[in-house]
Amino acid sequence: MSFYYLEVLFVETYKILFLILPILTAVALIVWLDRRVWAFVQKRRGPNVVGPFGLFQSLADALKYIFKEIIIPATSNKIIFILAPIVTMTLALIAWAVIPFGENLVLADINVGILYIFAVSSLGVYGIIMGGWASNSKYPFFGSIRSAAQMVSYEVSIGVIIINVLLCVGSLNLTDIVLAQQNLWFIVPLFPMFVIFFISALAETNRPPFDLPEAEAELVAGYQTEYSGMMYAMFWLGEYANILLMCAIGSILFLGGWLSPIDVYPLNTFPGPLWLTLKIILLFVLFALVKAIVPRYRYDQLMKLGWKIFLPFSLFYVVLTSGFLLYFDLLPNK
Amino acid sequence: MKIKRILKTVFLVEFIVGLAIAIKETFKKKKTINYPFEKGTISPRARGEHALRRYPNGEERCIACKLCEAVCPAQAITIESTEREDGSRKTTRYDIDMLKCIYCGLCEESCPVDAIVQGPNFEFATETREELFYNKEKLLENGDRWENILSANIKADNAHR
Repeated sequence: MSFYYLEVLFVETYKILFLILPILTAVALIVWLDRRVWAFVQKRRGPNVVGPFGLFQSLADALKYIFKEIIIPATSNKIIFILAPIVTMTLALIAWAVIPFGENLVLADINVGILYIFAVSSLGVYGIIMGGWASNSKYPFFGSIRSAAQMVSYEVSIGVIIINVLLCVGSLNLTDIVLAQQNLWFIVPLFPMFVIFFISALAETNRPPFDLPEAEAELVAGYQTEYSGMMYAMFWLGEYANILLMCAIGSILFLGGWLSPIDVYPLNTFPGPLWLTLKIILLFVLFALVKAIVPRYRYDQLMKLGWKIFLPFSLFYVVLTSGFLLYFDLLPNK
Repeated sequence: MKIKRILKTVFLVEFIVGLAIAIKETFKKKKTINYPFEKGTISPRARGEHALRRYPNGEERCIACKLCEAVCPAQAITIESTEREDGSRKTTRYDIDMLKCIYCGLCEESCPVDAIVQGPNFEFATETREELFYNKEKLLENGDRWENILSANIKADNAHR
């Protein structure tokens, strides 16, 4: 009887490792891709020395971070200071539990998957606030305040955008959301929502042009200022895992997740995870291109965009979507 | 005019144009060089690592006039001198603290006999601070190693002085 629990423990640990290791590898590669795309837009070469095409650059960076000294400021709140990067990285990774990579390829097929992701990504702001507050220094503090305000604001509009999708699906389960797009990806009827989701995702993950929390010209490095060595690397990892997660959510909500673009013979035999990966990479390249071409927003512009433009517009679109579905009798659950 | 502007903002026209330009630039020829494997050209006036030169017969050029020591704005140069048996004044000590040096080139400029010069070598990073406290021996060794290039550079630059 007691072996049963042990067995469950082993199986689950095995599954989790099978999910986390590829994700961490993907994060390392995505950092390389980000730098590479950025460099190419600026006609530079980017990291190209370590390994083929510089693919192992992130590995070299990780090694460098591991061997660096961890400096903990004397006036900081040490427990929270150490806890902050751990919280950030953990929260960025646990959200992956509900992401479906294929028909049955999901770690936790829970019925409130999208709510779970939403809750976890809302918690993500705590890592940043803790890091900024525990550093006991002005720049991290300002950075974390900005970051908190920004993430809370844009989470509201992302929530409303998700309502649009949910209206069309009738389920909070991510697998159902993907299966509902078998005939038509949601990017077609909900294209304006996709654009707003993309921009909100940039703000949510503190990517340029919304990288105000770490605006180096005014705030040194924001909440990461006092961090060094492996703790800094963990913040970094968490950030990129979050970006990857946002790309995954975007491709599940709007780009049909693991489904092939057209349901014809050679394409629909490809494995689902491959299509999802391709879609995530596509979205991420877009993220990276945006980083290269758009200048940073001013703080009041950022808040105005979130609260006065995105939120009313997505609320209006909720009314439009629900009215449309009701009028043409297309509601999924009757 | 205003409606046109609003439409431009709503449909992210500028953004899409920027994206198109960015993608176009991606496929153009790179402007940077592949540094450690290929190197850019260096001007004969480049102010890199210091060197003390010798005359072709092996005699040190430096006459210990201490003009470089006096002119050095960072006070990186320390010279001690003595009279040799043949009556000429020579240095017994010629130290440059490469960590203090700001690579302004005033020492090279002030030298009446072209003894202290700054060569084209800029890749002399070390693992410890101590290795960057250059003494006379090290500087003369630099001079011997780079002499061909140094004399060619002085000759090339001479017309412009």
